[in-house]
Amino acid sequence: MSRSEETVIEVRGLVNRFGSHVVHEDLDLDIRRGEILGVVGGSGTGKSVLLRSIVGLKHPDGGSIRVFGQDLQRLAADQRSRLERRFGVMFQRGALFTSLNLQENVALPLIEHAGLSRADAEHLARVKLALAGLPPEAALMAPDALSGGMTKRAALARALALDPEVLFLDEPTAGLDPIGAAAFDQLLMTLRDALGFSVFLVTHDLDTLYTACDRVAVIARKRVLVADDLATVEATDDDWIRDYFHGPRGRSASQAAQRTEDR
Amino acid sequence: MPKTASSPGKLEQQAGGLRASGDWTLPHHKRLRRTIEQQRPGHAANTQDLNLDLKGLGELDTSGAVLLVEIMGPERMLEVANWAPEQPAERHALLMAVAGAMHHSTPIPTRARSPAVVALGEIGRIMENLGRQQLQLLGFIGLTLGSLASVLVKPWRWRVTALVAHIQQTGLNAIPIVALLTFLVGAVVAFLGATVLRDFGATIFTVNLVAYAFLREFGVLLAAIMLAGRTASAFTAQIGSMKANEEIDALRAQGLSPMELLVLPRVLAMMISLPILTFIGMLSGIAGGAMVCVLALDITLIQFLDILQRDTPLRHLLVGLGKAPIFAFLIAVIGCLEGFKASGSAQSVGEHTTSSVVQSIFMVILIDALAAMFFMEMGW
Repeated sequence: MSRSEETVIEVRGLVNRFGSHVVHEDLDLDIRRGEILGVVGGSGTGKSVLLRSIVGLKHPDGGSIRVFGQDLQRLAADQRSRLERRFGVMFQRGALFTSLNLQENVALPLIEHAGLSRADAEHLARVKLALAGLPPEAALMAPDALSGGMTKRAALARALALDPEVLFLDEPTAGLDPIGAAAFDQLLMTLRDALGFSVFLVTHDLDTLYTACDRVAVIARKRVLVADDLATVEATDDDWIRDYFHGPRGRSASQAAQRTEDR
Repeated sequence: MPKTASSPGKLEQQAGGLRASGDWTLPHHKRLRRTIEQQRPGHAANTQDLNLDLKGLGELDTSGAVLLVEIMGPERMLEVANWAPEQPAERHALLMAVAGAMHHSTPIPTRARSPAVVALGEIGRIMENLGRQQLQLLGFIGLTLGSLASVLVKPWRWRVTALVAHIQQTGLNAIPIVALLTFLVGAVVAFLGATVLRDFGATIFTVNLVAYAFLREFGVLLAAIMLAGRTASAFTAQIGSMKANEEIDALRAQGLSPMELLVLPRVLAMMISLPILTFIGMLSGIAGGAMVCVLALDITLIQFLDILQRDTPLRHLLVGLGKAPIFAFLIAVIGCLEGFKASGSAQSVGEHTTSSVVQSIFMVILIDALAAMFFMEMGW
């Protein structure tokens, strides 16, 4: 599916605050169909809060969030639930259901929403787990028996269960070894190309930004400073962005990305 | 994917093979799977010379791709670009990704066992767990007493703040519910006694019944059961979720002893709280009995107190109160131990909380029964 200018999610004038602490003020952001949008920002700048506001887990204190052209806040509960089925969310620490094994974790939305029989759903679930790069014997494992990398993959498989149109990933490569993280980036791009979903990717991983993201949104000072392709973002005249992309880590990640492209 | 007019997926026989058309997506998955099973009984027999026409294919998602791969077999599907070159590259990528995933995933063999064997195995497992549980409890009691002994001689390591906080939670905050409960049970016992004793014209002995029952048994038993339900479960949940969050490991890694920091304050707070609650329970139960006597049995309050003072030796109070610290120790130790046994999952914390309440109530009643026999033999 080709990347288009069509906007699937439109955030306008978003305000979020906890007590007197203002996290977002007048924040604007667009997510386009089929793109991987990397969202970066210092710790505590409200990247996860933004994600939670968009998927409807946190009620914003102001502004509007339009999803597929509809305002999520104004919809009735059942319409909202139908709309939310078109999202896939992968939480920072996986949030797998610990009382179910992996294939049951992935099969749950298939049984509940798609009305599949248990056997069909579990068969599909095993394929999704394999797609996410897990070995077949992992299907019957309990979430608390998994390593960090396997948990991330299982969480991705669950987020992909209903073939979502927008995938929200909260730091998917944090805590993975470099090989695992690179494989995750590749997996994400393959699946995006194959399935054509949009990705909202909160990350601190510079390599992911350089290899996988089509656009990067920088959150600082309570709003989105810039949201554009990497070259434009890098060239933006802002202290934080300069430190972020032209610091020692940013430089080496950019060089690594350059080398891979040359090869 | 844009929601265009959706035409349900179809699989048809055509000259030289099969033809897939329409949308092969999740909403049609169930029906498509049935169609495949009808059209290709015992499929995956020989897919090498099978032709699949994908030209009429509409939408395709992973669930549809899985079905297509099942029809063709993963090996053929990995070469999808050769036999269906008209499909866009993204679709090739999807089909090949799914085929690759299914290529490596072998079905998991499940072995059927006879129900009798399963039942026997389950019984054996439960018995073994029961035995191991008691051993663990004994070990943990030893550990608690050991660290208690080592801390007792070093007053600078007493955790007075934690102790007082736990006394407030387990003792002070439980006073209203314990008092109310025992008051009501006291009234019930008095009614019960009066009903039986009236036939003998001995209603006046209701006073003795209530006093004996509450001083010896009910005061301590009701308070202990209340705390087993209220506090043992809280201890298990607190320590269990600390364990899930690796907080216990963090304590150990910093060279701090979880026994000293977490278990001792809880056990000691419980051993201080329960005797006090027991005493309150006794008073409140007797008050409940007194209320019934005054209102329903024509025994005046003066009379009630007079009989109470004249006929009730002190040893009944001591027998009742003496059991309280032992119950308290067991309840607290079981609550803490179950917390430590919980593993990371929500399920496990729930199971161990249940187990701690059941075990501590069981232990309280068991010890109480043994104690009753002992005191009877001793003539106390």
